[in-house]
Amino acid sequence: MDTYSLLREIADSWVLLALFLFFLGTIVWAFRPGSRKVHSDIANIPFRNEDRPGCASDCADCACKSFNIEELQP
Amino acid sequence: MGNYIKLAALGCITLFAAIAANWGRDVSYVVHAVIIMLVAGFMFLRVLRQTDDPVKAVATDGYMDDVIRAGVIATGFWGVVGFLVGVVIAFQLAFPALNFEFLQPYGNFGRLRPLHTSAVIFAFGGNALIMSSFYIVQRTCGARLWGGNLGWFVFWGYNLFIVLAATGYLLGSTQSKEYAEPEWYVDLWLTIVWLAFLAVYMGTIFKRTEKHIYVANWFLLSFIITVAMLHVVNNISIPVSIWGSKSVQLFSGVQDAMTQWWYGHNAVGFFLTAGFLGMMYYFVPKQAGRPVYSYKLSIIHFWALIFLYIWAGPHHLHYTALPDWASTLGMVFSIILWMPSWGGMINGLMTLQGAWDKLRTDPIIRMMVISLAFYGMSTFEGPMMSIRAVNSLSHYTDWTIGHVHSGALGWNGMITFAALYFLTPKLWGRAQMYSMSAINWHFWLATIGIILYAASMWVTGIMEGLMWREVDANGFLVNSFADTVSAKFPMYVVRGLGGVLYLTGALIMAWNMWMTIRGGQKVSAQVGVPAE
Repeated sequence: MDTYSLLREIADSWVLLALFLFFLGTIVWAFRPGSRKVHSDIANIPFRNEDRPGCASDCADCACKSFNIEELQP
Repeated sequence: MGNYIKLAALGCITLFAAIAANWGRDVSYVVHAVIIMLVAGFMFLRVLRQTDDPVKAVATDGYMDDVIRAGVIATGFWGVVGFLVGVVIAFQLAFPALNFEFLQPYGNFGRLRPLHTSAVIFAFGGNALIMSSFYIVQRTCGARLWGGNLGWFVFWGYNLFIVLAATGYLLGSTQSKEYAEPEWYVDLWLTIVWLAFLAVYMGTIFKRTEKHIYVANWFLLSFIITVAMLHVVNNISIPVSIWGSKSVQLFSGVQDAMTQWWYGHNAVGFFLTAGFLGMMYYFVPKQAGRPVYSYKLSIIHFWALIFLYIWAGPHHLHYTALPDWASTLGMVFSIILWMPSWGGMINGLMTLQGAWDKLRTDPIIRMMVISLAFYGMSTFEGPMMSIRAVNSLSHYTDWTIGHVHSGALGWNGMITFAALYFLTPKLWGRAQMYSMSAINWHFWLATIGIILYAASMWVTGIMEGLMWREVDANGFLVNSFADTVSAKFPMYVVRGLGGVLYLTGALIMAWNMWMTIRGGQKVSAQVGVPAE
């Protein structure tokens, strides 16, 4: 069997099935239980970090956090 | 140390370009070699003057907005240039005498036409995409742009690509692939710039402080990756000589045609759709002051769009040497594509739910809404035209041109104008644009311009298609080609006038941006508040 026919056979059988299942999987994943809260959190990302980057680390007294605190106390 | 490597590299490039300018076989190659020599020489001197100077400290804790400001200005500039060339060639079609003898061959329609398409798609649209993706990725990741000056390299490198492409078209260097006309060395340069763009974008996403990747970034990232893939595969060619611009494509015949329209349609799908949808998913919620209508729908929109678009290319090749199964495949996927497209449109429009009153007061929102309306219209028209029976009437007629322009002027143009009106006051620290009524004027001029354009092209396209297929009782064709050309004259004039209105609107925008940037006190622009 030449390369074209072989690839063609794989493409319109197993690869087609795999891609279709992956696509269905994304829909199922989007509607999974508990996703509503996550999604509403993500959907609000544009309304955060408007003027300066967020804080990467979890430390309580690193520079980026104190910067925010200063702004809160005029 | 880094500077010495840069100096050596820039020196070598300058020297090589100087040799190439001397040995070049054709005029466009020589001109390009001179341009590259001057740019590399300038950069050499610039680096040289900074070498061994104490390194100046640059604030790196905020967002990197300088490059976005430059991108905003470049977008406005190239927009005006692209629309102007479009108006010129529209009138050249109506009045062929405008192909002035003294401008031949440079001012010929055949050379100005790719200049127009590339200026609006790649110069105007590309700069809009690069600058807004830099803006969006920083804000939605909560991280400064990765790579330091690499962002500047992307901006200047991309604009150098545009200058090389544009001068090449005028001087007659083209590989005759629609929307991929630049020759081999310009293609190589764009590949380098685009990979740098990908690196900057991915790097910023990797160092994000938000846990999740906002949907706009998914669209923009798919645009960057897919365009890289399309560009490389469609431009596989072998230069005839390293001292000349001519190259030979590796593919030939129907394979070449299929590769070209796989590229061509996905340039529409990923450059003009996915990329601009990324802009839509950020700027529409921002301007409306409320999050996107349904985040779940946006996920499904994304996956459905990228799974389907990649297959739609063959509908450009109905009734050609392409096998029937392939063109049927393209047609079927184009029709299915209607659904995710409208899902995205509905998602954008419904974001305004509860804020529809802003349509009356906010001309920027109005631009976004008309842009989504045109997105919906052209993504219905496109699938319809991809049906083989409809295509037999519409193909090679002006209907196609009308379809392209309702998408490009309506969807891409309007959403870009809205983004420019959103970004200009924000980036230069102004409360709002200098003149809100000028935005209104722009809105109406542009909208009426598009309507004149699209309506005249529908009429002339369908008329042309019907005239071509008209046969008499004995089966002979009734009309000669020249008959259709003279019948189209009134519609060509209307189309040109529509273009004049659209260009006028863009000039008003340029003036408004200029006045906003130049004057006024620095204040932070008002931001919409998130909905509860």
